[in-house]
Amino acid sequence: MPVRYDVIVVGGGHAGCEAAAAAARKGAKVALLTFDRNTVGAMSCNPAIGGLGKGHLVREVDALDGLMGRAADAAAIHYRMLNSSKGAAVQGPRVQADRSRYRAAIHGLLDQQVGLTIVEGEAHELLLDRGRTSGIRLSDGQTLEARAVVLATGTFLGGKLFCGDAQDAGGRIGERAATRLGQQLRKLDLPIARLKTGTPPRIDGRTIDWARLETQPSDDGTWTMSPVTPARILPQLACAITRTNDRTHQIIRDGLGRSPLFSGAIEGRGPRYCPSIEDKVLRFGDRDGHQIFLEPEGLDSPLVYPNGISTSLPEDVQRAMIRTMTGLEQAEIVVAGYAVEYDYVDPRALTSSLELRALPGLFCAGQINGTTGYEEAAAQGLVAGVNAAAHALSQPSMILDRASSYIGVMIDDLVLQGVTEPYRMLTARAEYRLRLRADNAETRLGPVGLEHGIVGPDRARRMDQRKHWRSEIEAALSRSMTATEMARAGAFVRQDGVRRTLWEWARFPEVSRSLLTSFAPVLDKAPQDVTDEQLEDAHYAPYLERQEAEVAALRRDERVHIPADVDFRGVGGLSNEMIERLEAARPDTLAAAGRIRGITPAALAAILVHARRAAA
Amino acid sequence: MTGPLQDTIFALSSGPPPAGIAVLRISGAQAGGAIRTLANRLPPPRMASLALLRDPADGAALDRALILWLPGPGTVTGEDMAEIHCHGGRAVIAAIEAVLDAMPGLRRADAGEFTRRAFEHGRMDLNAVEGLSDLLAAETQNQRRAALSMAEGHFSRRIDAWRERLLALSAMAEAALDFSDEDDVPDAGIENEIGTRLAGLATDIESVLDAPSAERLRDGIRVILAGPPNAGKSTLLNALVGRDAAIVSAIAGTTRDRIEVPAAIDGSAYVFTDTAGLRDDAGDEIEAVGIDRARAAMEAADIILWLGEADAMPRTDAILVAAQSDRLGRDRPGLPVSAHTGEGMSALLAELLERASALLPREGDYALHRRQRILVAQLSDHIEVAREQRDLLIIAEELRLARSRLDELTGQASTEDMLDHLFSGFCIGK
Ligand SMILES: Cc1cc2nc3c(=O)[nH]c(=O)nc-3n(C[C@H](O)[C@H](O)[C@H](O)COP(=O)(O)OP(=O)(O)OC[C@H]3O[C@@H](n4cnc5c(N)ncnc54)[C@H](O)[C@@H]3O)c2cc1C
Repeated sequence: MPVRYDVIVVGGGHAGCEAAAAAARKGAKVALLTFDRNTVGAMSCNPAIGGLGKGHLVREVDALDGLMGRAADAAAIHYRMLNSSKGAAVQGPRVQADRSRYRAAIHGLLDQQVGLTIVEGEAHELLLDRGRTSGIRLSDGQTLEARAVVLATGTFLGGKLFCGDAQDAGGRIGERAATRLGQQLRKLDLPIARLKTGTPPRIDGRTIDWARLETQPSDDGTWTMSPVTPARILPQLACAITRTNDRTHQIIRDGLGRSPLFSGAIEGRGPRYCPSIEDKVLRFGDRDGHQIFLEPEGLDSPLVYPNGISTSLPEDVQRAMIRTMTGLEQAEIVVAGYAVEYDYVDPRALTSSLELRALPGLFCAGQINGTTGYEEAAAQGLVAGVNAAAHALSQPSMILDRASSYIGVMIDDLVLQGVTEPYRMLTARAEYRLRLRADNAETRLGPVGLEHGIVGPDRARRMDQRKHWRSEIEAALSRSMTATEMARAGAFVRQDGVRRTLWEWARFPEVSRSLLTSFAPVLDKAPQDVTDEQLEDAHYAPYLERQEAEVAALRRDERVHIPADVDFRGVGGLSNEMIERLEAARPDTLAAAGRIRGITPAALAAILVHARRAAA
Repeated sequence: MTGPLQDTIFALSSGPPPAGIAVLRISGAQAGGAIRTLANRLPPPRMASLALLRDPADGAALDRALILWLPGPGTVTGEDMAEIHCHGGRAVIAAIEAVLDAMPGLRRADAGEFTRRAFEHGRMDLNAVEGLSDLLAAETQNQRRAALSMAEGHFSRRIDAWRERLLALSAMAEAALDFSDEDDVPDAGIENEIGTRLAGLATDIESVLDAPSAERLRDGIRVILAGPPNAGKSTLLNALVGRDAAIVSAIAGTTRDRIEVPAAIDGSAYVFTDTAGLRDDAGDEIEAVGIDRARAAMEAADIILWLGEADAMPRTDAILVAAQSDRLGRDRPGLPVSAHTGEGMSALLAELLERASALLPREGDYALHRRQRILVAQLSDHIEVAREQRDLLIIAEELRLARSRLDELTGQASTEDMLDHLFSGFCIGK
């Protein structure tokens, strides 16, 4: 007897968990199908959440009432605000998370979620009914029916693990690969290619000589990953820092012949920004050492994650190289580092709602789309989950554009440009970086979440309050003052005789926060995060206004839809290169078409005309 | 569906200048405002009327032109439109375009943009649609040609060099923003280092902006003959170009307006302009307009032949000509020239050619077209702002904008290339 759901999510990683929870928040009946209930919410690699660009994603997921931020706070054993001396737009909140507590927190949140069931098993086959998604068959023969399926299978599709000359099928160490499903997707003629990534060995912390190492304590702030978390919860641990040296590098060079990265065994491309230590030594041979962070994996776990030394060298080489480093002379490896190579689906086959254009009802999220990282996975999961539910319940989809969020930037990059290496979020990818800050994620996305019905009542109340304070602050800062008045109050601004509002004065370095507060006491009364956010806006206002104009132009073209079946070859005058790129990405709006490399304004006009004519 | 934020656009819609008459079209909410600013009034709808157009900045006369005000939606684009039918000389068109461009909310139209707006407002017919693919084909042709000539020229090498330097600096800023937690990425003091290195780039870009433009090569060197009435300007002009181009008469003030005469001498293009005699007590209003224009033209001239008193030279680099030497004698300062006897003509031509050769791009020089020049100027502005900044975030923003100007210039997208620089320059990754 088949069981009916609205949405089936395959995979219990970061993408799958957010997808299932978001679909359920939207009111869908959801099955979260995964190999093993115990690996739900597992962190495959680094026990850290957030960072530069990634911290933005976490805050955005959180603003849409996602799980990641709250779970990270529940498990955080080390907080650090990266770039804290720079503008808020590039500050990246990051935490070290206790691996098992993180998993427990995710389990807790999923258990509370109404309408969500975790189902154990292997997704064996995708069921199709006249070209539309209709469900999943498990390897035990059972079938689950649903109008929408989200694939969040991570590194498991055609996954192959490498450690030295040893090779094994698998998605993660000790876990099997999703071979059958991978084969089926290839047969469905989806554009599939290979990528690779790697992870460092795990060390037994009890064999590290901590006393000889420099430490980095958790910062002493009070901020949390999710602004909803009232305060930091767990005791905070320090990380330690060691370095590689000439001897380490020599051992690596000597071992290269046994590395699958260099023997040609791995064909997929790895990330430039997360190179293996083999790569680092080869490409940056002139550096005398590389910093390695020793990060504790948990409060009750002796395991330590040596950040910066991802490798797939044979285990004996790994052991020898580790032991050349200060503090690690006696270190024992508990699990060896390895590389994994896997299938991914060319994300240009997806629409901006993360649905496969060729298979209505089938959504993809996370590493399967060519990205890497927990935060990237979670963010896509949330979007795919909401849209899968929207599909199943016949509601409008949630599309986030580049001007709204990092999530929007990432999805747009993926579906329009595709990937050549595992995609990771960077603030440099966001052209509206000055507006898209981690500290204003709630202001930006809260209303979107509300509109799509995925934000709970607590969050909605919080948003109302923040809105109230924001308008109070705006009113107070609209008061205008002359340069003379400002000087009299103690700000040594240039005496140009100009009258400006306090909002405008706020961008002058001579005007201190305390001075502003003396004119606008509400700055002190409002919650500090709201005041901070407003003052940061005021500080960068001229730039924000310029970007506002760019955004207006973007949104205009965003409203012009290109029909899904438009024949680009029929558009007179397009070059072959333009046609190829347009066909691979199938932009659904004129704005999207314009962002594809090499598409000129005249080409856009021609596409528009053609599309309208075809529609008429 | 035109939003209030949509720009008003303008473009030359007649054939390439020079021509007898040029038609500039303006479309968008501010079309009427633009006409009012230029002509100081708005004519009744759909009625051509003659108006003296002035530069609102300084009141300088631009041209006497026909203006048309066409309120939407019954127009080609469906928006408010206006047309200016002006004299078809390049200088006139360029001056009017520059004034339009400076008006807030107005900008030059992108290729195909009029068509696109017409289409958006449901006002396009099939002919226009066909026209669009022609335009596209032409654009591709142009790009190919431009790319070819760029590929051979020094300019493209220069641009490539800028691009490399800009990408490296941008990568440095982005690395400090996106990877400040990495050991290999310099952090403190990076702003100063970027500032110093930007200074060199800025100088280099400035020097290209200072170089002669491609328009000079194509349109000719602008030579102005100026001086008081009856100084012999028209006669000299005729002698230089060898035909009766200007109206020559003995009554002061015959040459009421500027007369442009294109001529090729020794394989180079020139445009000689005979201006109204400079008198302060202009005989009538129209002549006064002519004199205004003469002054404006002199400022824009490449070379001035001054036929007046030595101490009244309009620019210190003018060539002082003691004209009518057969009649007025030679004991005056300046180069004695007589158009009648031919005395001094070859010396004058030699002087002209020498000045001109300094102005024309040399073989292998790169000459910027107007579009390129605008982009390079914007590029230069962003780099200037970046240099003055100490906030890394703003520096990075200005460098991003600078990159996007270069992208427009080269047709390449730079974010990925910048990341390549970043990851090959710094050892990043934990
Ligand atoms: C070895 C390794 C190294 C990595 N290194 C880095 C790194 O250096 N930097 C970085 O940012 N990120 C790294 N990551 C990536 C990061 O862990 C992932 O990007 C992120 O976890 C992806 O999340 P996901 O939800 O897409 O998939 P995953 O977290 O991989 O989850 C996939 C889930 O799908 C389930 N599943 C798969 N197939 C089936 C099936 N047929 N039936 C049922 N269940 C199925 C699995 O059980 C699992 O729960 C690494 C990952 C691995 C494995």
